[in-house]
Amino acid sequence: MASELTCQELVELVTEFVEGTLSGSELERFEQHLVYCGPCTAHVEQMRETIRVTGALREDDLDPAVADELLEAFRGWREGQP
Amino acid sequence: MLAMPETEAPMPEESVASRDDVALVAALRAGDEAAFTELVGRYGALMLRVARLYVPTRAIAEEVVQETWLGVLRGIGRFEGRSSLKTWVFRILTNTAQTRGAREGRTLPFSALAQRELDNDEASVDPDRFIPQGERWAGYWASSPRRFDDLPESRLASAETFAAVKHAIDELPEVQRAVITMRDIAGFTAEDVCETLALSQGNQRVLLHRARTKVRQALERHLGEGVA
Repeated sequence: MASELTCQELVELVTEFVEGTLSGSELERFEQHLVYCGPCTAHVEQMRETIRVTGALREDDLDPAVADELLEAFRGWREGQP
Repeated sequence: MLAMPETEAPMPEESVASRDDVALVAALRAGDEAAFTELVGRYGALMLRVARLYVPTRAIAEEVVQETWLGVLRGIGRFEGRSSLKTWVFRILTNTAQTRGAREGRTLPFSALAQRELDNDEASVDPDRFIPQGERWAGYWASSPRRFDDLPESRLASAETFAAVKHAIDELPEVQRAVITMRDIAGFTAEDVCETLALSQGNQRVLLHRARTKVRQALERHLGEGVA
């Protein structure tokens, strides 16, 4: 039986947990810990919420001058098309 | 040569060209300006950010992005949809940026940049939040973090909260910033990011973990304000 994870160890593994890349025995230790640890459950929830809030952001718009140049390049390409 | 390599492992299901990709590609081939503008709007800023990882100045990164789009347009007739359109575009981008970066002699090549961020050992959570070594329950939380999901959505989805997250991302070391932006904002899969940036799965995950961890800290700080 592997030793129990401490909370301080668990927080290093949250991304692997969320990504689904923990090995079978690691996953078992992780989930065992969550069963009795409210604070770590809260921490994992914070990480999930962080991903969700980040996912609601939009990337910045491209500088309009750069976008215009690209559009010019596109028009040039189109004109050269058969 | 900008065509995709011929030896391709079967693509994971989510990164195969979507119906949306197929429509965009058809429109591009037909010379549809709106389709081009749509794609530039979606990926242009991120492309500039990724290009900047390989070349010494922003002006050169802009040239790389332009060169990439020309490569995309020249190669669009050969796009077979075996990867998603964005993976294909970003593969052309990193190839172009790498070639240019080698020529320009970027002070620190991308691999060294990534390695520097990987070598920097960082705790995911401030060690002071845990009971110190030598005490009973060492390594367990000294006081519980509070859940975010019991806060009202109006607070979680507020302009201030988004601004705090955006600021935290802007402050990240550049490779971590690129990885979290690709994964969590632009919706790349882990495989897409590994392939685009030539990172191992493990390193991609470490960089993503560090980035998310710092954003979480910023969010905790922000959401804790004004709470007793």
